[in-house]
Amino acid sequence: MSAPKDLPRMDRRTALQWMLTATASMAARDAQLVAADAASSNAKGYGPDPVMAKVYKPGDVWPLTFTEPQRRATRALCDVIIPADAASPSASAVGVHDFIDEWISSPYPAQAGDRRVILEGLKWIDEESARRFSKTFAELSPEQQLALCTDLAASKPKPELKKGAAFFKRFRDLTAGGYYTTPEGMKAIGYVGNVPSGSFEGPPIEALKHVGLA
Amino acid sequence: MPNITSDKLQDSYDVVIVGSGAGGGQTAYTLTMEGLKVLILEAGRSFDVQTEVAMLQLPSHAPLRGEKTPDKQYGFHDCSINSGWDIPGEPYTNASKAPVDEFRWWRQRMMGGRTNHWGRITLRNGPYDFKPRTRFGLGFDWPISYDDIAPYYDKVEMLIGVFGSNDGLENSPDSSPGVLQPAPKLRVGELYAQKHGKKAGAHIVSIHRAVLTQPQDANTLPAKLHPGNAKAQAILADSMRTRSPCFWATDCHRGCAIRANYDSQTVHLRPALATGNLDILPNAMAREVTLDKKGRASGVTFIDKTTGREGHAKGRAVVLAASSQESVRLLLNSKSSAFPQGLANSSGKVGKYITDSVSSSLSAYIPAFEGMPIHNEDGAGGPHAYVPWTLHAQNAKGQLGFPGGYHLEFTTGRQMPSLNVINGIDSRAGHDGVLFGAKLKEEARRTYGCQMGFGAQGTMLPNDGCFTEIDPELKDQWGIPVLRFHWKWTDFELNQVRHQQQRIREILEAMGGRISAKADNDPAKLIRRGGEVIHEVGGAIMGADREISVTNQWSQTWDVKNLFMADGAPFASTADKNPTLTIMALAWRMADHLMDEMKKGNI
Repeated sequence: MSAPKDLPRMDRRTALQWMLTATASMAARDAQLVAADAASSNAKGYGPDPVMAKVYKPGDVWPLTFTEPQRRATRALCDVIIPADAASPSASAVGVHDFIDEWISSPYPAQAGDRRVILEGLKWIDEESARRFSKTFAELSPEQQLALCTDLAASKPKPELKKGAAFFKRFRDLTAGGYYTTPEGMKAIGYVGNVPSGSFEGPPIEALKHVGLA
Repeated sequence: MPNITSDKLQDSYDVVIVGSGAGGGQTAYTLTMEGLKVLILEAGRSFDVQTEVAMLQLPSHAPLRGEKTPDKQYGFHDCSINSGWDIPGEPYTNASKAPVDEFRWWRQRMMGGRTNHWGRITLRNGPYDFKPRTRFGLGFDWPISYDDIAPYYDKVEMLIGVFGSNDGLENSPDSSPGVLQPAPKLRVGELYAQKHGKKAGAHIVSIHRAVLTQPQDANTLPAKLHPGNAKAQAILADSMRTRSPCFWATDCHRGCAIRANYDSQTVHLRPALATGNLDILPNAMAREVTLDKKGRASGVTFIDKTTGREGHAKGRAVVLAASSQESVRLLLNSKSSAFPQGLANSSGKVGKYITDSVSSSLSAYIPAFEGMPIHNEDGAGGPHAYVPWTLHAQNAKGQLGFPGGYHLEFTTGRQMPSLNVINGIDSRAGHDGVLFGAKLKEEARRTYGCQMGFGAQGTMLPNDGCFTEIDPELKDQWGIPVLRFHWKWTDFELNQVRHQQQRIREILEAMGGRISAKADNDPAKLIRRGGEVIHEVGGAIMGADREISVTNQWSQTWDVKNLFMADGAPFASTADKNPTLTIMALAWRMADHLMDEMKKGNI
């Protein structure tokens, strides 16, 4: 028997997953990661029969990993990636750094590779910050943080930044995913559902007009 | 009579049923409403949908944002517990290591089985679907026609509550007047696909799903379903009055605490228990069907998972509804001098002719949806519309290279974000590099809800390469021999997938969609693996000829007249429809026959 793959059932949770181009690449990544030496924790998973009707927070089901310096760097990076604006809070304000800690601390094989990428990346970015500015990443000014991240986010990063750029991309994906799955993030992206209601009225007229249906 | 423990078993029951899902639930309902004493053996634990389901929880309320893990293989909040493709201690094997020849087997070990977390899509098989040999010269004609089962489709739909519309489609039958509940309004993406899909020949209509869009009519439906049976009518009316219509939020796969959607436990088993005629024994892993001296089924041996001890339940008749392949496994493991190759297997056909839906998918980014005005389009927790199969004329002329057809299910819109919600955003936004900061937030909002994905589900006729048998060596943690699967796609399925991909591409392009998948024309790489759609059926197929089938038209085994099948095992093929509704309709029809035979003294 093989490990579960990221292939959806047709008539079930379906679709979101069909749509996601990244699904295939995640599956491919998993294979590498299982083999990776990620120094993963000895914690157990939540098991096949967890209490579903409960609110969990990072640290509830397995111990977290980050040291205080790692945590500071993570918070700072989260907020460069998702800063606060007039309409919505920053990523760290809704605890995305704790989610990333939970993710890389998980005992499951799919997260093991991320554990290594993130822990090594946090070390790398503090070293790079020290080399450029003689400070840790969290201590940099907003302009310095932006300058460094802009280099990492470039379409063709310099060869010496390649490792940092791969880390930044994965960190960005986890940060944004972690953010948009919180109530504040859902509001920020424009998801307004999950509200029980007595009727379903269908699309409003302005939505129909938007796509030329009214 | 309630949920019991094994020390509370009665000496004997009229009927012992293995499995509490769609088929077992329907059978228990039908029999107990008519006064029979019934026992259900369920391998999983009891489950209370009202206290255990997390309907309104967000991903951020779950570990890892609710993403799939080896423990919860469809995500944290999916209503499947102790279930999955891989269950520790309960292995199965594949004869071939080649991925394309692999069969994947989902098992649901909980009260109510897979009905807890399914998509609730309830399309009827059409007249052609029962007669593939007559129509295409391939596969096997079922020993029943659409007309035989149509009244049972009506009854099941009235009982469980199905929304949808009657569109007069060829081979996708309407329900009788007054049976369906009103279909919900379509969402923007569904309406947009309906308009622009026409250019590519897609005829988009409301889908049928087992979700209440209004209260059930407890004043009239019970009398239609149980004429002349005042007690059954009263019990059913009570049950219907405790169900709420959909409150237009949350994913149906999480289970439904308000009982708006059908699952076996809240819709079938609850009234069945209320009759006082049903015992349910959870945590009972069936091992073997036993025979008496006359060669009739006498009951079922099981392992009590709470004690590890073996027990035996006696019945005048036995119904297997453990899920198609688990029922097959039971038959093959029930060996005796009369049936050395497994019970009811004089034909040698037990385990043969497994089929699954033929499936592939493709998705696109629809620029027309960018910047959509914000609105709530959760709706009824799943699709409101679908693309039925309409190319019957081409297909009858043999122009397509495969028998039968496929329907398309699709999803669109402003769904609850998951961890992967921004995946692919850089290329979607035309950005060279990795977006972050204010620009990321802006693009995430602008492009959210612009993906549209289509997935096909098509006909599969049986072939000799798809079958199962007992693995000669391996046993599960209960000491029960496990199944070994063989799987081979034929050119028909691969041709169908090629056609699916082309057609979906045309529909997406008609909407101005940017196809996200890289071009890959190899259908063997695009087809979903055998079993992966979780529509596996067959293995104890029904037929008119006992030499080449396992049951007759009543899902009654040819060899053992008091042994019946009530899951997908008797299916002689997979239609381009989801199988659950047909499992229930066949089970109801089977149960009526079983009672007739008992009354006549034949059982």
